[in-house]
Amino acid sequence: MLLKIEKRAEYSKSMVYLTPVIALVLTVLTSIVLFESLGVNPIEALYQFFIAPLDTEYEFSELFVKATPLILCAIGLSVGFRANVWNIGAEGQLTMGAIAGSSLFIYFPETDSIFLLPAMIIMGALGGAAWAAIPAFFKTRFNANEILTSLMLVYVALLLLSLLIHGPWRDPAGFNFPESQTFSDSADMPILIPGTRMHFGTLLALLAVFGAWIMMARTLIGFQVKVIGEAPRAGGYAGFSQKKIIWFTLLFAGALSGIAGLSEVSGPIDQVVPSISPGYGFTAIIVAFLGRLHPVGIFFAGLLMALTYLGGETAQINLGLPVAVTGVFQGMVLFFLLACDVLVHYRFRLNIARKATS
Amino acid sequence: MNETEGAVPQLELRGITKAYPGCLANDHIDLKIMPGEIHALLGENGAGKSTLVKIIYGVLQADDGDIIWAGTPVAIANPHSARKTGIGMVFQHFSLFEAMTVTENIALGMSGRQDMKVLERDIVQVSNSYGLPLEPNRQVHTLSVGEKQRIEIVRCLLQKPKLLIMDEPTSVLTPQEAEKMFETLRRLSDEGVSILYISHKLDEIKALCHKATILRGGKYISECDPTQETAKSLAEMMIGTNLQAPEHHETSKGGRVRLKVRNLSIDADVEFGINLSAINFDVRGGEILGIAGVAGNGQIELLAALSGETTSRDAETITLDDKAVGQLGPNSRRDLGLAFVPEDRLGHGSVPEMMLTENAFLSGFRRMSLLNGGFINNGGTSDYASDIVQKFDVRTPGIYHTANSLSGGNLQKFIVGREVLQKPNVIIVAHPTWGVDAGAAAFIHQTLIDLAENGAAVLVVSQDLDELFAISDRIAVIAEGRLSVGRELSEITIEEIGLLMGGTQGMGEAGGVSDVA
Repeated sequence: MLLKIEKRAEYSKSMVYLTPVIALVLTVLTSIVLFESLGVNPIEALYQFFIAPLDTEYEFSELFVKATPLILCAIGLSVGFRANVWNIGAEGQLTMGAIAGSSLFIYFPETDSIFLLPAMIIMGALGGAAWAAIPAFFKTRFNANEILTSLMLVYVALLLLSLLIHGPWRDPAGFNFPESQTFSDSADMPILIPGTRMHFGTLLALLAVFGAWIMMARTLIGFQVKVIGEAPRAGGYAGFSQKKIIWFTLLFAGALSGIAGLSEVSGPIDQVVPSISPGYGFTAIIVAFLGRLHPVGIFFAGLLMALTYLGGETAQINLGLPVAVTGVFQGMVLFFLLACDVLVHYRFRLNIARKATS
Repeated sequence: MNETEGAVPQLELRGITKAYPGCLANDHIDLKIMPGEIHALLGENGAGKSTLVKIIYGVLQADDGDIIWAGTPVAIANPHSARKTGIGMVFQHFSLFEAMTVTENIALGMSGRQDMKVLERDIVQVSNSYGLPLEPNRQVHTLSVGEKQRIEIVRCLLQKPKLLIMDEPTSVLTPQEAEKMFETLRRLSDEGVSILYISHKLDEIKALCHKATILRGGKYISECDPTQETAKSLAEMMIGTNLQAPEHHETSKGGRVRLKVRNLSIDADVEFGINLSAINFDVRGGEILGIAGVAGNGQIELLAALSGETTSRDAETITLDDKAVGQLGPNSRRDLGLAFVPEDRLGHGSVPEMMLTENAFLSGFRRMSLLNGGFINNGGTSDYASDIVQKFDVRTPGIYHTANSLSGGNLQKFIVGREVLQKPNVIIVAHPTWGVDAGAAAFIHQTLIDLAENGAAVLVVSQDLDELFAISDRIAVIAEGRLSVGRELSEITIEEIGLLMGGTQGMGEAGGVSDVA
């Protein structure tokens, strides 16, 4: 008997949706081994990870709070990934969006116009897009690898944030803590459900999901993105410009990541701090792939990854597990997912050894 | 080449069976090749030839049946063990790394470590002695289809195989080059090397092969001596029905010029690309102009310039129905009635992983008005795709299947159909029947002729001279980026064209190309 990998004649549509499930099952199985070796009861640990964070209505709403930036970033990234534009700098674009958006409040703190928040959201989108425009320019002009440029710009953005918050943006009445003053009501994201932290940004994320879905499924620009990603020469044949798509996907991802960043500082954080995101921009890469680069898939994948953040916190509090467990969990999901994706184009077959008879 | 009693076949297949989901690709196939025999494997696309040779070469494993090599049953687990056994293969679709050089690609296909210096010398030597010139240090992505195929052939010859499998090797060669390769093959055959030869060119098989095995629908049909058959009888055995030659009425020569190219010069943007220099030609409505030439002489560049994938500096260099279009992109040219069938079906003419509907939309969305304010008209797109499938006899389980699930011939019919249904005024077709079976080829030829008779200007770029002679009114030859004057079919012979094609390939002087009266 021999296990054999065989290419499928046509890619398996069911496997496209099944592999995330298989990857999750494998992640859970592996984590049981992991918890066991850490000396923790695996059942208890899994309970703390996946069930306990959803116990109360408040905690359930927290899921959406965490999922909002993940979904926003992942939607943007997924469109780029469909076009083979590997923007992995959403974290930086998120940071620049937060900086650009909150600059309006920082420099006009007294404003109580109802247009302040919309203007901040627009500024956030522009800030993120501007940051993403840098890799787009270098890619289209000099063919510089966007993986490198977008990643490096993450660190530039984080340092810029740090510079601002330790310098000019520090709250004069803040006892020298590296924090801005807290946002006024007109600069805050409205809360959707009183008593929770679920805010207007979640609606923006849902809007992004819906909009991206329509765009990818029904519009010419979405079609162009897909064609350029799968067969650039066929794209040229159809008269689609690869450069235009590179610009579009990067600006689109930058804008959504920028909105994500702004909705964090104007939402749950309520001020500018040196660390805006616990790596949402990076986790969004996992979310995008786990969601099969499909907006609806990304919505659910975003919720799931948000759960790992929450679960990591509960496991930390209740079981004394290190915070790194969250990262390990997320990494395993991506690892198994990429491995399982072989099944989309290939299948395993048992080859029963035959005896050569002559 | 009769079967000698007592002689041991180099390769014998008994009852080879291979099933794919939903189709029996090989159904108990028998085959016997004697040492030194040139054996043709004939059959339509989808007849199971590729599957069978992949089994011999170890790419696929048979579900049932035996492979007997020089009298002993063998199991060929993978291409590596096939090469070790002494089987070499030149594939129809190349397996080359585009970003690597010729030498590196050849080294990768060989077992063990290679001394690159020695290998380079061997490559030059083998390629020269077999008339397959190659520059060892060029990167593969800068090469044309024809040159890429030479790499594959040289790669095999370097390993001194006992059985050489060749999958349509001459489709990209000039007649002279092909003839030279036949000499090579005959010499190999005299040296005792068996050759399994797959081709659609029946005349070629008659001239070269000692034996032919015919497959149809995955089944063994018969074994015959091709020298005793006519091309027509061979084709009929392959298809199982009677063949009709394309009907070509005398066209009215007074049609107006629909595609005019004047002084088109474009510098190649990739290293080793071919510069187009001062290309001039006209195609009139109702006319088919054939452009012959060996791969890599500027066809790719010319086609890109005509389709609008590269634009020229001067708008006046290309005119479509009296409109200067040299600076317009592909879509604006389509709006003016240009249609285009590229050389590569997968990845250029179609998106392999996309459904037929999406591939119909790809080039048809403007002419067929499949867009409503930026939104894709799904209903209209499906209707259009179904229309193509029906009218052009595309054999597919449905329009929601991907392009790469179709066989080469069917995909080509789909692409040609997609372009023809857009009712073009000018259609440019590159290699319309490369790797397409005889039935589909005849159909595509007839389609192009019908289109011309309805007033369109048709430009066909091909390396298959039989094809060009079958359908063209005039033929011009491209060599090293220059185009000869187009000449009426009655004024030119295959030999003359062959000389023009090879003119700059070291066989003669290039000077004669551009100033043929």
